[in-house]
Parts: sequence; structure tokens; C-alpha cells
Amino acid sequence: MNELVSAVPWLGKRNPMAARWLIIIIAIAAPIIAMQFGRSWVRILDFALLYMMLALGLNLVVGFAGLLDLGYIAFYAVGAYTFAFLASPHFDMHLPFWIVLPLGAAFAGMAGIMLGFPVLRLRGDYLAIVTLGFGEIIRIFMNNLNYPINITNGPQGINGLDSINLFGWDLARNLQVTEDISIHSLYLYYYFFLACVVGSIIFVQRLQISRVGRAWAAMRDDELAAKAIGINTRNMKLLAFSLGATFGGVAGCLFGAFQGFVSPESFSLMESIAVLTMVVFGGMGNIAGAIVGAFTLALLPEILRDVAVPLQQTLFGHVLLDPEVLRMLLLSLAMILMMLLRPSGLIPARARYAHPENLHRSAAE
Amino acid sequence: METLIQQILNGLVIGSVYALIALGYTMVYGILGLINFAHGDVLMVGALTALQTMMFLMGVAPGMSPVAMLTISLMVAIPVCMMIGYAMERLAYRRLRNAPRLAPLITAIGMSFLLQTLAMIIWGRNYHTFPQLISTTPMQPIEGVFVTPVQIFIVISSALIMIGLSLLVNKTRIGRAMRATAENHRVASLMGVDTNTVIAFTFVIGAALAAIAGVMFASNYGIAHYGMGFMPGLKAFTAAVLGGIGNLGGAMLGGIVLGLVESLGAGYIEHLTFGFLNSSYQDIFAFIILGLVLIFKPTGLLGERVSDRA
Repeated sequence: MNELVSAVPWLGKRNPMAARWLIIIIAIAAPIIAMQFGRSWVRILDFALLYMMLALGLNLVVGFAGLLDLGYIAFYAVGAYTFAFLASPHFDMHLPFWIVLPLGAAFAGMAGIMLGFPVLRLRGDYLAIVTLGFGEIIRIFMNNLNYPINITNGPQGINGLDSINLFGWDLARNLQVTEDISIHSLYLYYYFFLACVVGSIIFVQRLQISRVGRAWAAMRDDELAAKAIGINTRNMKLLAFSLGATFGGVAGCLFGAFQGFVSPESFSLMESIAVLTMVVFGGMGNIAGAIVGAFTLALLPEILRDVAVPLQQTLFGHVLLDPEVLRMLLLSLAMILMMLLRPSGLIPARARYAHPENLHRSAAE
Repeated sequence: METLIQQILNGLVIGSVYALIALGYTMVYGILGLINFAHGDVLMVGALTALQTMMFLMGVAPGMSPVAMLTISLMVAIPVCMMIGYAMERLAYRRLRNAPRLAPLITAIGMSFLLQTLAMIIWGRNYHTFPQLISTTPMQPIEGVFVTPVQIFIVISSALIMIGLSLLVNKTRIGRAMRATAENHRVASLMGVDTNTVIAFTFVIGAALAAIAGVMFASNYGIAHYGMGFMPGLKAFTAAVLGGIGNLGGAMLGGIVLGLVESLGAGYIEHLTFGFLNSSYQDIFAFIILGLVLIFKPTGLLGERVSDRA
């Protein structure tokens, strides 16, 4: 939170208390404002929150531990497919949400360890390629495991996933407060996801200033030196991989339940790259960066979709660049230009301190 | 038996294309220690530019001989790719030479997607039929084994190109400068080597090879589209690692070996897994090989370079 507060331009430094309340108000009011522009915008906000969770998780791996993972979306897929297997008509299993969620997280975490073991000795650039290959392998399996036994239902994906059910309270149904007032399901999902993101932020922040987080930072900055001072770099890398993957798995479960269907298409390399761009754009190794990056890059393409298409129509009479192309263009340019002009991201990570008190002090400055 | 020979032949053909692409990766890696992610997409630009040229020529001079048409389209595609290679180096990678490790890599990924997006804007998302200018009528040298002239052409011309590249690197002045720069930047520049030029030259040569490989790839499969460069790029990178990254001979060997493993694997996977996996899993072989090589022999088959360079 402190980090987010200090990231608020102008106000963050002068009046942290006001900045804090500003963030809280924005977070709560966002869907209500978005509703004014149409229901689809609330949905987009919901997805933005999922992207935030993904960015937070990838930030653990890339930003904190310095391991470039290009197959991150595979863990998201593992989570989503776990949910699809265990809570859909596909295998006719309908386990409750609170059982599937930890399972999805655990499977994704295990996948992270499985991927981590063989690639531990690799340096940054090799690691990137191998993780990319891992992501592709998962996708190839999702696409083809419908024959001879139908497990994933191939490219069509799996339909009719159960919605999130919090102890008998179904988020997919509008909440009836009184006779006339009901809260739309999209809001319910928004606030539930928001709670998840806040929980993640707190977790990641505690993690960052913990022994583990400091070990990661040491390893990222100089692996040899980290080893020399007694950090078990192997275990630390494995931990980074599996924790990051767990985040992906949780987000994947939420995604599956929210969207109601999963298909391999949602887990393409482009999505891995999109999440990576969010982390890079916001600032690697920085919680506020991941949040701001995810928020900006999840929303911007949608805004462009609404603005650029009609604009092109009036200017050229037809649509030159469709929204999907615009999104790719935006992401790739964001990545290149950010690296060239501002490599530390929108909100650069400050030097880390060993003690939480110092972190607070630096935030209050 | 026929299947075996057939798959070996197919493997040789696709392997020599991989080898050509792998050379581009390995040269750049040898000199800069950078994985040029966008290399596969240069291949795609080469193929699509050649396609565009062919379409143009077919419209202007319908009676032109196929060989002339192929030559002209290569003459267009190669310089276009060279320019892209040069521009990438000059505008992006050169500025990042002293940046932290991840920065150039992330830029390269961005470059790759930028090229794909631009290609999507120019050529659309559709798969284009690539004219098969060299005959694809199969011949049967042995009963039950099929070879097409275009495949023979691919193998022979990539062999020639590889010989030419070896001569360039080992016998010429610029080749010596390249080797010196790969060995040690700073010392090379102290010895009067213009390292910037050498690095740009390396990118340009790699891009030219990619353009040729792109035309071969598209001719072999008869299709071209904006995303066609991604998979061969990844596989060629695997080939480069398999052979020992930074080592030219290694890239050639790695390419051939990878091509063979892949086509033999695709041919036999159904028998080996009792029908559970089929040839749609062909693409995973490259990644499995990559993983195995990196775990057990990170220096590759021919590489002696220590993997960690200060």
C-alpha cells in the first residue's frame, strides 16, 4: 500500500494520507464509474484485476528473483483447466470453489517446480527460451489432448464452468439487497477480485521485505555473491518459480469461473508477452509498477478499441487497423520504447532496504 | 524401411533450413551474447516480401521463367531483410549494449512482435499460397520414397551457402574482424577493428540468410503468413544451442540433427506411444531436445565456449 501511495503523482509525496484515501476511493468507485459507459467496461475492469494478479505473480519471478519467464501464462492455463476439470459438466464433477481453488493453486505451483528443476542452472536468456518452450508445450497438449481420450476437448475448449460460489453465495447471480435494489453480478466479481488483489498485494509486500525477498534481491543482483553469503540459490529459485506459478494458478481458477469457459486460445504466447509487458512497463521488481502496468495495459487497448475504430472510420472511411492489431502494436512498442527510454519502468523500483521500518520511512518521505 | 528413408530425407531438408536460420542466431550470439528473438520474424518478412515480388512479376511479365522470377524475388527479399537487420541493430540493440542483461532480451521480444504486427498490417492475417516455382512433382529414386526437386534444391543451395559463409568467416578480412570481436570486444577495438561495423555486418549477414531460409521454407510448404517465422525461429535457436551456440559448424550440425530428430520423431511417435500421441505433437521435440541439451550438456555438441561470460 505504501508503495502504491508514494506512486500517486504529486499527492503521494505531500500528503500520503490523502493519496491513500484517493486510491481506496478509486478502487471502490471504479466499477460504478465504468458502468456509466456500459456494462462491458465493468467486465474489462474485472479482467484488469485478473491481469493485476498475473502481473504481481510474474513480478515475483522476473522482478524480484530476476528470472525471465516467458511461459508464465501456462500456469494460468493450469489453474483455469484445473477448475474446468473439477467444476464443470465436462467430467461431470462439481467440486466446491473452496476446494478447487487451492487445488488449482497447488497444481500450478507444482508445475512451477517441475519447470524450475531442469532450468535452475540456466542463465537469463536460456531460461527465457526454455520457459517459452514450456508454455508452448502446455498449449500443444491443451490443443491435442482430445484424442484418443478426450481430456481437454481440444481447440473448442470446455464450456459451462461453475461460477464462484462463496459458501452458498453465488457470484454469478445478482445480489438482491432489497426488493428493488440488486447488485449486478459483475460488481460482485469486481469486489471479490479486488479483495483477492489486495490480499495478493499484502502477501507480496510482506514477502518482499522478508528473508526470502531479500535473498531473491541478492540473487538477482549478483548470483555468485548471493551464493557466497550462504543463500541457497537453488531453493530460492524454485521458490520464486512455484510461488509465481501459484499466483498464476489462482488467477487462472478465477478466470475460468468468471468467464465460464476455457480454451487454449486464451493462453497463447501473446498473453505471456502481454503480462510481461505489464511488468516491464510498470517497472520490474516493484509492486506499484505491476499494478499500474497491468491496469494501464489492460485498459488502454479497450479504450483504443472504442476510440480508434470510429476515428479511423471517419478519417479513412474504413477500419485500417483492427483492435487486435492495435493491441499488439501497443504492447510491442511499449516494450521496446520502455527498454530504450526508461528501462526501469513507469515507476522505478527504489533500492531495497533490509528493514521494514526503513521501507516505511522511505515511503513517507 | 521406406518410412525410415523417407523421414531421413525430410529431416535433411527441413534440417538444412533450420541450419541456415541457426547461423544467424549463433553469429549474433557469438558476438553480442544476445538472443535475437526477432530473427525468426526476419525470415517471415523475407518470405512475404518474396511473395509480394512474385505476385508483382506475375502481373507484369506473366511469361517469365520461374528461375528468373525466383532470383529476382530473392534479390528483393534479401536487401529488405538486410535493412531490417541493420535497423534493428542500429536503432535498438546498439543503445542497449551496456544495459543490464534482461533489457536487450526484452527489446528483442518486443521487436519480434512488432515485426509480426507490421506484417499483419501489410499482408493481413490470412495464409497466402506461396507459388511453387520449382517443381514439386515428387520423384521416386527408390521405390516408395518421394523426393521433390524443390527439396533437392533446398539441400544443395543451403550447403553452398554454408560453405560460402565458412569461407567468409575464416578467410576474409571482415571474417577475421568478426572472430576477433566475438573473442573480445574491447581488445578487438584496441587492435583497430571497428566493432560497431562488424556487429552491424553480422546482423546484416544473418538477416540475409534468414531471407533465403524464409523463401525456402515457404517454397517447401507452399504457404506464408505473418506468424510463420516464430516456430522455425525457435527451432533454429534450439539447433544453435544443440550445436553449441556461438559455433558456426555447430549451428549447421545442430540444424541437421534437429531436423532428423523431428521428422523421425513425427514419423514414429504414434507407434512409440501406442497411438496416444500423434504427429500433431511434432513441435514438442525441439523443446524437449532443448531442455535435455541445456541440462546435460549446456555447451552443446561442438561448443567449447564457457557459458558464463563476464
